[in-house]
Amino acid sequence: MTFDPSHAARSFSSVGTRPIRPDGVDKVTGRARYGADFNMPGQLIGRILRSPHAHAVIRKIDTSKAEQLPGVKAVVTAADLPDLTNGDTSMYDILDNCMARRKALYDGHAVAAVAAIDAHTARQALKLIDVEYELLPHVTDVDQAFAADAPLINDTIITKGVDPKPDRASNVSMRSQFGHGDVDAGMAKADFVVERTFRTEQTHQGYIEPHACVANVSSDGTADLWVCTQGHFVYRQHCAQLLGLEASKLRVTSSEIGGGFGGKTHVWAEPVALALSRKAGRPVKLVMTRDEVFRATGPTSATSIDVKIGALKDGTIIAADATLRYSCGPYAGSWAEVGAMTAFACYKLENVRTVGYEVLVNRPKTAAYRAPSAPMAAFAVESAIDELAKKVGMDAVDFRIKNAAQEGTKASYGPVYGPIGIGPTLEAVKNHPHMKAPLGKNQGRGMACGFWFNFGGQTCTDLNIGMDGTVSLAVGTVDVGGSRASLSLVAAEELGIDYAQVRAVIADTSSLGYNDMTDGSRGTFSSSMATISAARNAIKILRARAAQMWDIPVEDVTWERGHAVAKGETHGNLPNLSLKEIAAASGTTGGPIAGHSEIVADGAGVSFATHICDIEVDPETGATKVLRYTVVQDAGKAVHPTYVEGQYQGGAAQGIGWALNEEYIYGKDGRLQNAGFLDYRIPVCSDLPMIDTQILEIPNPNHPYGVRGVGETSIVPPLAAVANAVSNAVGVRMEHIPMSPPRILAALEA
Amino acid sequence: MVEVTLWGALAAAAEGNSKVEVEARNIRELFKRLSERFPGLTPLMDRGIAVAINGTIYRDTWSKELPAGAEIYLLPRLAGG
Repeated sequence: MTFDPSHAARSFSSVGTRPIRPDGVDKVTGRARYGADFNMPGQLIGRILRSPHAHAVIRKIDTSKAEQLPGVKAVVTAADLPDLTNGDTSMYDILDNCMARRKALYDGHAVAAVAAIDAHTARQALKLIDVEYELLPHVTDVDQAFAADAPLINDTIITKGVDPKPDRASNVSMRSQFGHGDVDAGMAKADFVVERTFRTEQTHQGYIEPHACVANVSSDGTADLWVCTQGHFVYRQHCAQLLGLEASKLRVTSSEIGGGFGGKTHVWAEPVALALSRKAGRPVKLVMTRDEVFRATGPTSATSIDVKIGALKDGTIIAADATLRYSCGPYAGSWAEVGAMTAFACYKLENVRTVGYEVLVNRPKTAAYRAPSAPMAAFAVESAIDELAKKVGMDAVDFRIKNAAQEGTKASYGPVYGPIGIGPTLEAVKNHPHMKAPLGKNQGRGMACGFWFNFGGQTCTDLNIGMDGTVSLAVGTVDVGGSRASLSLVAAEELGIDYAQVRAVIADTSSLGYNDMTDGSRGTFSSSMATISAARNAIKILRARAAQMWDIPVEDVTWERGHAVAKGETHGNLPNLSLKEIAAASGTTGGPIAGHSEIVADGAGVSFATHICDIEVDPETGATKVLRYTVVQDAGKAVHPTYVEGQYQGGAAQGIGWALNEEYIYGKDGRLQNAGFLDYRIPVCSDLPMIDTQILEIPNPNHPYGVRGVGETSIVPPLAAVANAVSNAVGVRMEHIPMSPPRILAALEA
Repeated sequence: MVEVTLWGALAAAAEGNSKVEVEARNIRELFKRLSERFPGLTPLMDRGIAVAINGTIYRDTWSKELPAGAEIYLLPRLAGG
């Protein structure tokens, strides 16, 4: 489906308005059902035993005492989750992460689980499981793990992407490289060069709702899973494969979601809950504690990034080079590869090279987090760009405008860009009142750019028209940010009816064809394409039914603003038929009226944003206060502007937390020391100013309305924007995220 | 005949060729021909590859035509959050 140019000039009726979200009332009155709100008669409570060691061989697990405890109905270990992955190393890693097999690879790695009649009994049973460990040397720091003499985490890992192939195992699972031109020759021509090493610490997505599910495996081989997830179809696929179930016999229903941000695109405890239910023969409810969420799910990579950028006297960047080391947890990953692709994507560069290294560490398996890997690369590059602008003697915005990528630019990761929005976001920032506002003592202003790819993917949608003329829209992309409202607007727009006549629901996996998960900023982008297609299919039927009712050829019926309109000299005077009238007659004109669509929504447009941050630093304590923050981002077309703004603000808030406070802190024993929101501090409302937003609309040529994904790009610039603000406030270049008070004081005293 | 550019890791598996010419009308044929010519690419293709055609990234539309003279770039298949 390509962009319909007529939409550029047309005035939308529903799209672009800001109605109240359909799930809003239930959410603010406590009626919405999240993962932990689902219960079944006779359900058991599941609990997981986790390794207290960062790296250890599991010599023996004795579950006999736990099994004998009254009230315990099932105990499972890796033996109850046999390897059915058929050589699929990616699935094997997921299996091993859900339940350790040979070794415990990080503090918090699951080693056994129980299902009991209540939580107290389950906890007692965990204490009766005897695990015999043989401790091994561990490594949790990305640079230490990268070193040749580091403790080896997996002796089968031979670095891919290196020629010749290494003859010994290491903690580096892959090397990747992108770029073009001659970086060394370009750098030799540079009049100014900035070269630094930056570090970012590991963070968690910080979703408020812990992982939760209820699993019910029946004796007839069918199974149900109610779960908090960003992708119930993907969960079905993974759980079915790991449990040896037929996908069609496992029905997965997604609950409301209290945040995911990528962390709920991976299965963690769900296969374990299913294994417990299968063994116990009863439903099993498994809800993680906050401690478990931190220790065993979802962190992003910790990184160490070398950046070198050279510029000519006239401000042209002549060469750019970066080496990026990203931690992956104890399994192979491709996180540095993404960082290497995004690092310089905002710029027009003749000579550019990025090299990524995936580094295994004894920490939880790295998971996606909102534009995964891009924020850290942007922090390093945008910090160096800011410093380079000063050396050249140019304003930070003007320097970026001069070097910004544009349509026709060869991206640093390879292809040539189509129409893109980096230039317009920079121009908007240059002209924004925020950039002209005065600053006080100990205050600094920073700005930074960010890029994210955006994706589409497999999508299936049903649109059913009831006999009363109202519309049920069944979609398969989990609503993580208001997409039910956005998709209802799209259906209303296409059908020409009121938003209030449409109700969107998230269908379970047995009710709709396969859908990829809600990731890659694809929810509204791809499901709106499928909704448009489904609505247009329904309109074909509506026209045919109207033709029947009028007894005229269907070719003489058009659809305009929610009505069938008869055309032609012989029947042009027929009164229009509304959707409601046609629906009411559907029982005698051919039965139910529905539109269906199954598509691959490729062609998501790449996305750019530019942010501005004002910050005040207390030079005595190192404490920081964000005074003002502005997000400017291209949305293509904002379907529901309030939720687009919400995505911009949410990404900025998470990025500010990442920049200033959030980090996993490990002790020398390899154990996580701050597995809770008291010691792992995410920003709360009182920490932040109102985040100002400006939506730009540069249509995506591959979407009928010009929509681009908007969910992720907003977290890419904040680390750098905040770091540039702090650096400008204190006069010292900040190289280490988060910029917590001790780090700022250390930088000031260095 | 279309010219295809391969990113670093793919080039290594394609006997060091960063650009190859392939007789293919669409993405499906492109993958088939590349796999036949460079068996070392098959595991990487199984892991997932995206194709950028004139700057637009396609992950799953294997029927997408490859226009003559188009810029075709193979990239890792990425996931989002």
